[in-house]
Amino acid sequence: MSILVYAEHDNSVLKADSLKTVAAAQQIGGDITILVAGHHCQSVAEQAAKVNGVTKVLVADHVAFEHQLAENISLLVTELAADYNVVMATALTTGKNFMPRVAALLDVAQISDIVAVESADTFVRPIYAGNAIATVQSLDAKKVITVRSTGFDAVATDGTAEIISLGNVTDAGISSHVNDELTVSARPDLGAARVIISGGRGMQNGENFSLLDGIADKLGAGIGASRAAVDAGFVANDMQVGQTGKIVAPDLYIAVGISGAIQHLAGMKDSKVIVAINKDPEAPIFQVADYGLVADLFEALPELESAL
Amino acid sequence: MKVLVPIKRVIDYNVKVRVKADNSNVDLANVKMALNPFCEIAVEEAVRLKEAGTATEVIVVSIGNKSCQEQLRTALALGADRAIHIDTELTFDALNIAKLLQKIVEEEQPQLVILGKQSIDSDNNQTGQMLGALTGFSQGTFASEIKVVGEKINVTREVDSGLQTVALTLPAIVTTDLRLNEPRYASLPNIMKAKRKPLVVKLAADFGIDLTPRTQLLKVSPPKERQAGIIVESIDELVEKLRNEAKVIS
Repeated sequence: MSILVYAEHDNSVLKADSLKTVAAAQQIGGDITILVAGHHCQSVAEQAAKVNGVTKVLVADHVAFEHQLAENISLLVTELAADYNVVMATALTTGKNFMPRVAALLDVAQISDIVAVESADTFVRPIYAGNAIATVQSLDAKKVITVRSTGFDAVATDGTAEIISLGNVTDAGISSHVNDELTVSARPDLGAARVIISGGRGMQNGENFSLLDGIADKLGAGIGASRAAVDAGFVANDMQVGQTGKIVAPDLYIAVGISGAIQHLAGMKDSKVIVAINKDPEAPIFQVADYGLVADLFEALPELESAL
Repeated sequence: MKVLVPIKRVIDYNVKVRVKADNSNVDLANVKMALNPFCEIAVEEAVRLKEAGTATEVIVVSIGNKSCQEQLRTALALGADRAIHIDTELTFDALNIAKLLQKIVEEEQPQLVILGKQSIDSDNNQTGQMLGALTGFSQGTFASEIKVVGEKINVTREVDSGLQTVALTLPAIVTTDLRLNEPRYASLPNIMKAKRKPLVVKLAADFGIDLTPRTQLLKVSPPKERQAGIIVESIDELVEKLRNEAKVIS
């Protein structure tokens, strides 16, 4: 069995989630190759070469791959897929964007968002916002899979894989990058944070989210939000935790002023410890919380900050 | 420009699903069904393009049994011009759905196809991208804003680290994210009018496509339920528990 894993990165840093995708690949079992496609992405290749259990790192470094446009990347991965039994990517925005194109070009079904590997052709994935768990068998000879990183533990990074530069250039010529508006934050990425504190509609406005800052500083936490808070314009979309936002599973998740709609729970209920602070004792979030505090968040948050 | 909007009938987003006792699937008997929320956003965006004079015609298409005509009528009431129902009693993998939609794209020759980014039942997030690959169209997934500029369309996408804007050569595929627009409610006169709008039925089996399933659903189980924990009385008690019982903070 040979497996190609697509590296999720920003041309300088390999995302920690890719280490979990490699863990999923190891559970399938076989010879694992990582593909780094980007531009000026040599440092990512060097990081990928250290990932345990990986034999080879393929690097496609070209301006056509700089922004990892789905049209161009899917052609590249489809070309390379001829030599592999399994193609895997992390179920983050890049992987979700291009992988179904690869599957269609290869004429195979994609298995999205797997959280467990049962065997080389059978996988477990949540459906209906995680309210049901499906065990699915792929009947295709070649497998195209995206991995939900919360289902797997990262592999170590003390390996020494061989780095091979590719000459492949696939430019579909039908799309181009205009600009990015990226959120610059010194806080840990939600996917990698050990602690996350999230605010919901109960925060009332965007300024009040600053009440979470001091606590996040003390805990080294990432800050998230519910869909209600993002839709209301309190905070940016990249903070949304939920079925269609980010799926997280930190050691500690603190939900503040979040009622706990099923769509939000789908994004965080695999967290190790959940704390809920809400003034409504009937809020559904308390049904999944390990520790609940019924309180007005505007009193509780300053108190929590000083208690830490 | 013609806009094609593929839509899906799914469980209403407010309904909590239950798994059947024999673990064969979820139980959808007597459950409220609705237009997939992301598809509703797709219809709304297409109708707005028509109202702005950019789109000339909005065509909706759905694949499923007769009951999905209900959602096609909803889309017509929201402002779509005509509907195509691809009739089948089977459920298909996203790949086979995309193959059927490719045939409709060949027949209708739309410049733009707008779809929901995912359906809230299977949560696959595949169909739009697969249709993009099969048609060779460019794609802008997870759109929060679209702007047609001449022969191109600029799509602002919700990505993990913020927003990204791409310029796509038409014809193109767009998949909708939550904040692209806020769909309108269908008015009663429009619901009445929708009943007279054209809806054609085609049989999935007549398209000459190999629709053999590529995956097999072996089992559906309920998720591990989290037990509700305890209610603490104060912040001090909370911090003490987190430090000494859960040991997740120092």
